[in-house]
Amino acid sequence: VRVHKSLRIVSRVALLVIFGLGLFAGLITHYSYAFQFRQLPNAGPSNLHILGTDQLGRDLLTRLLYGTRISLLLAPAAALLTTLVAAVLGGIAGLRGGWIEKVILASADLAMSLPLLFVLIALRAFLPLDLSPGVSVVVTFLTLGLLGWPSSLRVVWAVARNLRGSDQILLARALGYRSSQLLFRQILPSLRPVSLAQFWIAIPLFILTEATLSMLGLGVMEPLPSWGNLLHGFEDFSAMAANPWRMTPLFVLVFTVICFQFIFPASEELA
Amino acid sequence: MKRISYFPWLLLPLCISASLTPSARAQEGRALEFCLHGEPKTFNPILVDDEASENIRYLTGGVLVRVNRQTQIMEPSLAESWQLSRDGRKITFHLRKGIYFSDGAPFSSEDVAYTMRLLMDPKTHSATADAFRSGEGTVDVQTPSADTAVITFPARIVGLAQAFDQVAILSARSPKKEMSVLGPYYVSEYKAGSYVLLRRNPNYWKHDADGHALPYIETVKLDIQRNRDVELMRFRRGELQLINRLDTEQFDRLHKEDPAVARNVGTGLDGEEMWFNQTSSSALADYKKAWFQNTGFRQAISAAINRADLAQIVYNGYATPAYGPVSPSNHFWFNTSLAAPQHDPQAALQILSRSGFRLENGTLKDGTGHPVAFTVITNSGNAAREKMAAMIQQDLSQIGISMKVVTLDFPALIERITRTFDYEACILGLVNTDLDPNSQLTVWMSSGENHQWNPNEKVPATPWEAEIDALMKEQASNPDEKVRKASFDRVQQIVAEQEPFIYLVNKNVLSAVSADVLGASPVALSPQAFWNIETLKLKPSRELGATK
Repeated sequence: VRVHKSLRIVSRVALLVIFGLGLFAGLITHYSYAFQFRQLPNAGPSNLHILGTDQLGRDLLTRLLYGTRISLLLAPAAALLTTLVAAVLGGIAGLRGGWIEKVILASADLAMSLPLLFVLIALRAFLPLDLSPGVSVVVTFLTLGLLGWPSSLRVVWAVARNLRGSDQILLARALGYRSSQLLFRQILPSLRPVSLAQFWIAIPLFILTEATLSMLGLGVMEPLPSWGNLLHGFEDFSAMAANPWRMTPLFVLVFTVICFQFIFPASEELA
Repeated sequence: MKRISYFPWLLLPLCISASLTPSARAQEGRALEFCLHGEPKTFNPILVDDEASENIRYLTGGVLVRVNRQTQIMEPSLAESWQLSRDGRKITFHLRKGIYFSDGAPFSSEDVAYTMRLLMDPKTHSATADAFRSGEGTVDVQTPSADTAVITFPARIVGLAQAFDQVAILSARSPKKEMSVLGPYYVSEYKAGSYVLLRRNPNYWKHDADGHALPYIETVKLDIQRNRDVELMRFRRGELQLINRLDTEQFDRLHKEDPAVARNVGTGLDGEEMWFNQTSSSALADYKKAWFQNTGFRQAISAAINRADLAQIVYNGYATPAYGPVSPSNHFWFNTSLAAPQHDPQAALQILSRSGFRLENGTLKDGTGHPVAFTVITNSGNAAREKMAAMIQQDLSQIGISMKVVTLDFPALIERITRTFDYEACILGLVNTDLDPNSQLTVWMSSGENHQWNPNEKVPATPWEAEIDALMKEQASNPDEKVRKASFDRVQQIVAEQEPFIYLVNKNVLSAVSADVLGASPVALSPQAFWNIETLKLKPSRELGATK
């Protein structure tokens, strides 16, 4: 417990630092994330470019900082949206049972059977071309958030269904709780650990989905950076091995995801 | 007794073996192995419409005339000679004698007639036949003798003889149908999704200068492998001996490891280009249509783009700034008098100023005060085009133009550029497989559906498009090559001045040839690395040497 507590503090500080670096990117670097130093493509770390440059000669540190801002604000936002939808619908399905449960689960199955990428491709085809990159990225994460709930819902519903027959709920019913009170005062708080787990799982998932979408032209558009499009270079691993500094975004991503796992108390601590 | 009786049988092959020089006998044992990047859709040469089948047709098909991929000059093949009539409708082939198909069926003019009738039959739906469709009416094939075939078309076909490079002759009599071939190899085995095994055609008619039968290599194994990285990995392991085309990063990687195997052939035929939507019926705002239809605007954009940087950074230097619709590697048709494109942002601003645009606080505005901003689309997943778009974005920002980049999946992009015309500008590549400009008629004729900046015009929208129409008709109807060349040179000149397409770069052809392969000299034309398959040789394998 003590080790976990220490890790939690370290993780919270680290995440605050990473968030801070992203938010105040303009104060940390004086380069533009889009400017191409064409005489220095694929340059290694130097005094001028601490993390080197990318294939077009853009300062990698600057792109990482601005990319952090986008990924760390929008991926958790999309994960939160997904988790909220899954918790509410999963809670209702688990609590009420019957035809409501059947309708919600069938909707989840239907949504899961939709190929997400094709839905997003179709959506992109309908969006106007002159959307700014900023609006485009918000639309992308919003869509991810709205389409990502079914897999979380199944997990949340399974827990909620077990709660339905529990002493806690029986007691609450005996005390005259209405359905909405049961949901918001009893079920949803009990679902918090599993919802939190789904939330942390969803964040890296959305970051990586955004990377895939960027590749398909549906994610963050050039020249706007994100962790997703910074990871594109990993298609060519040997090039990465030759320019190891370009792996920094991967390390930052992994470190951030690990930090997210530790920032909330473990179940032992809660107990 | 038994030992004595076997002795001569043991000696006989040894004697035959000793009497042949290594180059004289086909190289048995080892197979030349390389990859097809897709499943061949057919082995019938007249139905070919995909790259994998085309490669197999090249390796197995016997043709009447062959365009030498290195010199780009037509050479006799199954036909010793040919004559074209003055009206360009009739071609007479004089065939070689004593030639046999791979299964032993004799070759004659009847086979040429059978092939042409089958090819031109509308029920066949042959893409190869498109090159021969010149007008209403049927194609007449006469066979006055076993070694003479006379083919008459309903109307003139420009570049007629050259079109026969794609027509592999089928046997009229062989029960094996299209599997009976006249090319250097025949299809011996095919395992769907895995490989195609070709074996040396024992009846192939060609011999080397010393009179030895060609091809030298006994077996060619074509592995079906879509993944280019796996292909490269297998090549590095020594499992493959050729890679026809590499991308720049693969090439660089290979070049660092072993410069001798990575072959930079130089500028290829393919180019990358950008164009603006000039379609009158599009839903674009009128002021944007006015920009895109303004020659000065297009010229300024062209001058502002740093093509040398595109070639150097996006293609690691394995590309050259593009001059126009014809690559310099097309020796005959390239207009050498075209001026090289210059990167000059100041000149771009001057042109824009003359065209009524002005720069205000770093933003370019048109005469009515609209800031100049547009969106360019390209197909997603093409890293090179995405990088080029990002670089052009920065180039144009230097003259105050804001350009957004949107990548779309290919079907959505095609829908926009061919049907809805809901786009402003586009970056795409042009794949050239044919040297002759006649194949570009649908691009340059204003009525053409591939006249991408403004397709299917009922009448030419501008005087220069009308002039191009006239020149393209002239080159398509005049049998005199000099006149055709002069006409198409002028077309290239007009295109360079008007810039309906802003040509960006011509990509280099990059191949890989293992040190085990002797005689390979990759070229710009397809099939780049194995165009001279007949004369390629394999070094004896180490294993074989150890056994010896």
